[in-house]
Amino acid sequence: MSQLQFESASPSDSARLAAAVAGVLRSRDVLLLSGDLGAGKTMFTKALCAELGVSDAVTSPTFTLVHEYRGRTLTVCHADIYRLERTAEFDDLDLDGARAAGSVLVVEWGEVLSDAFPDHLALRFAHVGDDDHRSISITAHGSSWQSRLERIAAQIGAKVMP
Amino acid sequence: MPFARGSRRLKLSEMADSMTRRGDVTANESTVVLGIETSCDETAVAVVMGGGDVLSSVVASQLDEHARFGGVVPEIASRAHLEALPHVTAQAMARAGIDFGRVDAVAATVGPGLVGALLVGVAAAKATALALDVPFIGVNHLEAHLYAALLDAPDAEFPMLFVLVSGGHTMFVAMNSPHDYRVVGQTIDDAAGEAFDKVARFLGLEFPGGPAIDKAATRGNEKAIDFPRAMRNDGLDVSFSGLKTAVINYVRAHPEVSSDDVAASFQRAVVDVLVHKARRAANDCGARTIALGGGVAANTQLRRELQRAGDEAGVRVVLPSREMCTDNAAMIASAGWYRLARGETSPLDAGANPNLKLAAGQR
Repeated sequence: MSQLQFESASPSDSARLAAAVAGVLRSRDVLLLSGDLGAGKTMFTKALCAELGVSDAVTSPTFTLVHEYRGRTLTVCHADIYRLERTAEFDDLDLDGARAAGSVLVVEWGEVLSDAFPDHLALRFAHVGDDDHRSISITAHGSSWQSRLERIAAQIGAKVMP
Repeated sequence: MPFARGSRRLKLSEMADSMTRRGDVTANESTVVLGIETSCDETAVAVVMGGGDVLSSVVASQLDEHARFGGVVPEIASRAHLEALPHVTAQAMARAGIDFGRVDAVAATVGPGLVGALLVGVAAAKATALALDVPFIGVNHLEAHLYAALLDAPDAEFPMLFVLVSGGHTMFVAMNSPHDYRVVGQTIDDAAGEAFDKVARFLGLEFPGGPAIDKAATRGNEKAIDFPRAMRNDGLDVSFSGLKTAVINYVRAHPEVSSDDVAASFQRAVVDVLVHKARRAANDCGARTIALGGGVAANTQLRRELQRAGDEAGVRVVLPSREMCTDNAAMIASAGWYRLARGETSPLDAGANPNLKLAAGQR
């Protein structure tokens, strides 16, 4: 389980990280996003989708729960599970089905799904101070992400910590 | 099934064939449509006659308010819809005072929404339509919101600017007639209702967030903090994500600030943006009516300021009743009637479409 830390001074820095992640993304990948309100989870997803060639407006799924976007080669299934508590309701979102169909899953407040998806990239967003500065920690879970995390690190000029 | 009546020997495919033809069904003032809504949190059933006469409209949450308003947990689980639907349907039929033999068509939301939840309503509607030997009509939930406005104000004149502001959506729709509409602006990130909910959550106000901000705002000073009005001069799209972040940053930098002042200043910023854009959109499409819909339509200040803007511009403003603000099935039944009136029905093998958009309506 290796990790890297990225200091983002502005939304454009976060977009740079999103571009690096988009560059290594494959069909059926799972990204679990966590962090407080306004920490930049949706903004990161917008940048990621833009990088993947999504032309639709990427909006927050907090109320609507799941949105699907078609990029050039990948389809992104963007969910927000903050409002859910029971497992029966996770099932209702049919994230497994979307993934089986080839979609990349991007789940906000997704930490609770860590066990359900052993192979995933976890991105934790934290406020620093009272401006746009964010500290983002990125953790590779499962073998498929270890080498890709190195590539993300190289892209954004950060170092992977074991 | 409380509504099985007789038996059908037609195969499903034959049935579907017989119902995709246009022009063999019509709708008039006495046509009764049963509407079913299960796209997300609400299980709702309604009976509407002639597209505008609501004989009954039942929402599951109204039957069990105490349990529903205690927290943020939505009843999106298919199983919850499945359990509630027969009961809500029976209530809707009883309140309408008609029997199933009087139902001329069955409409259900086919999208957008959650696939599992949608399928419960769609399957129930198709089964009911099959059992009654009447058409099934798939309805776009967002389009149905447009008809909610007409249910409240059947005499509203076109062109109409419809402002939909809810937790999941924020959009401006220009309508030349009930069937001829186009989306002229929408949020590029957070919906207005979502911004209300998240700011309330951040300020530690009670749930649901919209009414809590509305209430706190009456005690605060709306000029206390000058929050940003994003994209003010930038077309008709809106953005509320930056405003949410600005509120969070401000409170982190000024922890001693009064929550009431934050709520009032935040609400003022949202209302300013919505009213400013609505006024411009109404002007652009030559609107004679501005209609408001969605959960945020219950906000006191938004209603007051939009009314004021309409008065100044000499445009009628239709403010929805509480029932029509939120998700309901009367608007689904009404939208179904309008589709039926154009000879449009759906085949029985039609499925749900979770990603359905509000495309431009055809003339």
